[in-house]
Amino acid sequence: MLRDLLSRKRSSIVEKWFDLLLETYPEDTSKFLRREKDPFANPVRNTILQGIEGLCDEILKEDESPEALNAFLDKIIRIRAVQDFSPSQALAFVFFLKTVIRDVLGKEIRENHLHEPLLLLESRIDEMALRAFDVYMGCREEIYELRVGEVKRQREAAFRMLERSERAAKKRLEKQETSSRDAD
Amino acid sequence: MSSEELDIKPEELLDFDYDPPQKDWMDPSVAFRKGTYCYSAAPKNLEYLGLPNPRDWQPHDKDWKLPPDWKETILDGMKDRLSKFRSFQLFMDICVRCGACADKCHFFIGSGDPKNMPVLRAELMRSVYRNDFTAAGKILGKLAGGRELTEEVLKEWFYYFYQCTECRRCSVFCPYGIDTAEITMMARELLNLVGCNINWALEPVANCQRTGNHLGIQPHTFKDSLEFFQDEIEDITGIKVNLPINKKGADVLFVVPSGDYFADPGTFTLMGYLMLFHEIGLDYTWSTYASEGGNFGLFNSHELIKRLNAKIYLEAKRLGVKWILGGECGHMWRVVNQYMDTMNGPADFLEEPVSPITGTKFENAKSTKMVHICEFTADLMQHNKLKLDPSRNDSLRVTFHDSCNPSRAMGILEEPRYVLRNVCKHFYEMPENTIREQTYCCAGGAGLGTDENMEMRMRGGLPRGNAVRHVQMKHDVNRLACICAIDRATLIPLVDYWAPGVEVTGVHELVGNALVMKGEKERELSMRGDPLNEMEDDEDV
Ligand code: SF4
Ligand code: SF4
Repeated sequence: MLRDLLSRKRSSIVEKWFDLLLETYPEDTSKFLRREKDPFANPVRNTILQGIEGLCDEILKEDESPEALNAFLDKIIRIRAVQDFSPSQALAFVFFLKTVIRDVLGKEIRENHLHEPLLLLESRIDEMALRAFDVYMGCREEIYELRVGEVKRQREAAFRMLERSERAAKKRLEKQETSSRDAD
Repeated sequence: MSSEELDIKPEELLDFDYDPPQKDWMDPSVAFRKGTYCYSAAPKNLEYLGLPNPRDWQPHDKDWKLPPDWKETILDGMKDRLSKFRSFQLFMDICVRCGACADKCHFFIGSGDPKNMPVLRAELMRSVYRNDFTAAGKILGKLAGGRELTEEVLKEWFYYFYQCTECRRCSVFCPYGIDTAEITMMARELLNLVGCNINWALEPVANCQRTGNHLGIQPHTFKDSLEFFQDEIEDITGIKVNLPINKKGADVLFVVPSGDYFADPGTFTLMGYLMLFHEIGLDYTWSTYASEGGNFGLFNSHELIKRLNAKIYLEAKRLGVKWILGGECGHMWRVVNQYMDTMNGPADFLEEPVSPITGTKFENAKSTKMVHICEFTADLMQHNKLKLDPSRNDSLRVTFHDSCNPSRAMGILEEPRYVLRNVCKHFYEMPENTIREQTYCCAGGAGLGTDENMEMRMRGGLPRGNAVRHVQMKHDVNRLACICAIDRATLIPLVDYWAPGVEVTGVHELVGNALVMKGEKERELSMRGDPLNEMEDDEDV
């Protein structure tokens, strides 16, 4: 029953969830994120929206796929993990879904006494939040790895340059030796 | 559970503050969060270059150890530059705040920080200009959009002007042609006057002054490296290519960014150049003195641009060449195109460049006497002077990233594409509003490509990464080609984060793969030393 209601209201849930998420940005930015629809001129909007829609669809299913959930969370979190947010600010959007559902379906839930399924649904959202922590940490770790990787690449390049020089010196020495041997 | 018990209002369960603090743009306070800024320049580098206020400090320190008269110095410097550079005065005056540029900066698009809107970035300086240099501002102050230059404002300048890659994407959209990159350049010059500079932009300048290149590589090491690549080529092709260094009286002086002989994948591109020149029998020379095409002076001040750039003409004169050919570099071409002639020219001791192989006159290089390698190679291809086997690049599915400077500052748009289409069969463009003049920056140019700035780079790199990801999903693209040494370094982490699985390549690396050389042995290896056939197998898996 709750699932049917959710399915019927999918588009307004997506819309409200997306809206709340945009509110986490400064006003000038959220205006832009709302207005510009071209996916390449405004990749943040496009990607986050894809993530939100995907997560909604997964949560509507009886058995969500962990891979799919992770992939959709990753779309949103990969972006927010590098933006100017603390971890809690970056991930708060997951919990917004609870508010949105109560907002959109509050009346129906009350009228049809759907509190129990609501609680179940909310614990699934909590699970999603736990998943979100992992995804966030994964992204942050990637950033550190990129940093380390870059330093390593530079060091390796310098090391290889040294090797090239040593090799050249050795070659020069060998050449000298052969020519002095030839002269003997 | 009774329903009454559960009748909790959501806001009671979740007490979230959905409204982020809305700050007035005039509020200058910035938090220097690790990962989002570059470290300060080491005092030894300032000392070496004779720049003011060398000291130990970091942007996250409370005390920046500014000289006591820092404010006067900056305002005097501003006054001086307003009278010297007409464009600066104009850019300060004519912006109508139409907002056309606002959402065009990759840093704004990726970070969502409004002060990365080019119009606001410029406003950080314009507000000080209004306050101190316009009548209205002097009287009305804040009411006229004026701001006093305080230490907080200076810190904010540092944060945001070292958060602009001087890529000029915004200027493409400004109806008045305002170039925020030029405003950033002015701001950095002014910051330099009081010793607020970043190491990644300045150390290369000090190195270049000392050894001729950004990396501080000495002449013999330069030579050893080129000889090493000569041997590598021999292993791959069976041919020992010519390697003329400091050869007096050669027709052409060839200048590349030092990244090309320092690190992969630039080195593969360098091998491509060596093979190409050998194959066509070009009478040319490398130089150990002009061993740097790049010019990090550009990211500090006009004076430093000039100092570093002078080496190229001086060396051309000393060696007595006819003209100059330049490799795959980004900002080198901005300097060549925009500054070289007026700063260090006219180079009337050189001849107007003509390709000795095809007879083509390079009209656009008439005054600078310096030709872009992609123009040169495209011309060879157009005249059928090269034997090519593009199937050697069959395992590669290639897209092309227009580097900001060659595309926007020089208009090199078709040549690299023409070359790529001749050397590989699978070439796919990224969406139109992300390439050519509208190309998105790698977010690591202008001295910002340092590891400590990684988080900021990933923000700014998002729009480019998103477009790469798109062609990766749609066309299985696995190579991102570019003609800039900074790109070849900075795009690597960018694609690792935003489009993992794509590798970065120079255009002439792919030329090297496809080039059929006279008398070569059967090619089994790519420039990278990968078995050519196995590369194909990889794709089948
Ligand atoms: S020059 Fe590039 S980085 Fe700087 S404000 Fe303009 S678009 Fe942004
Ligand atoms: S597009 Fe030009 S005039 Fe319009 S706000 Fe930007 S800089 Fe000012």
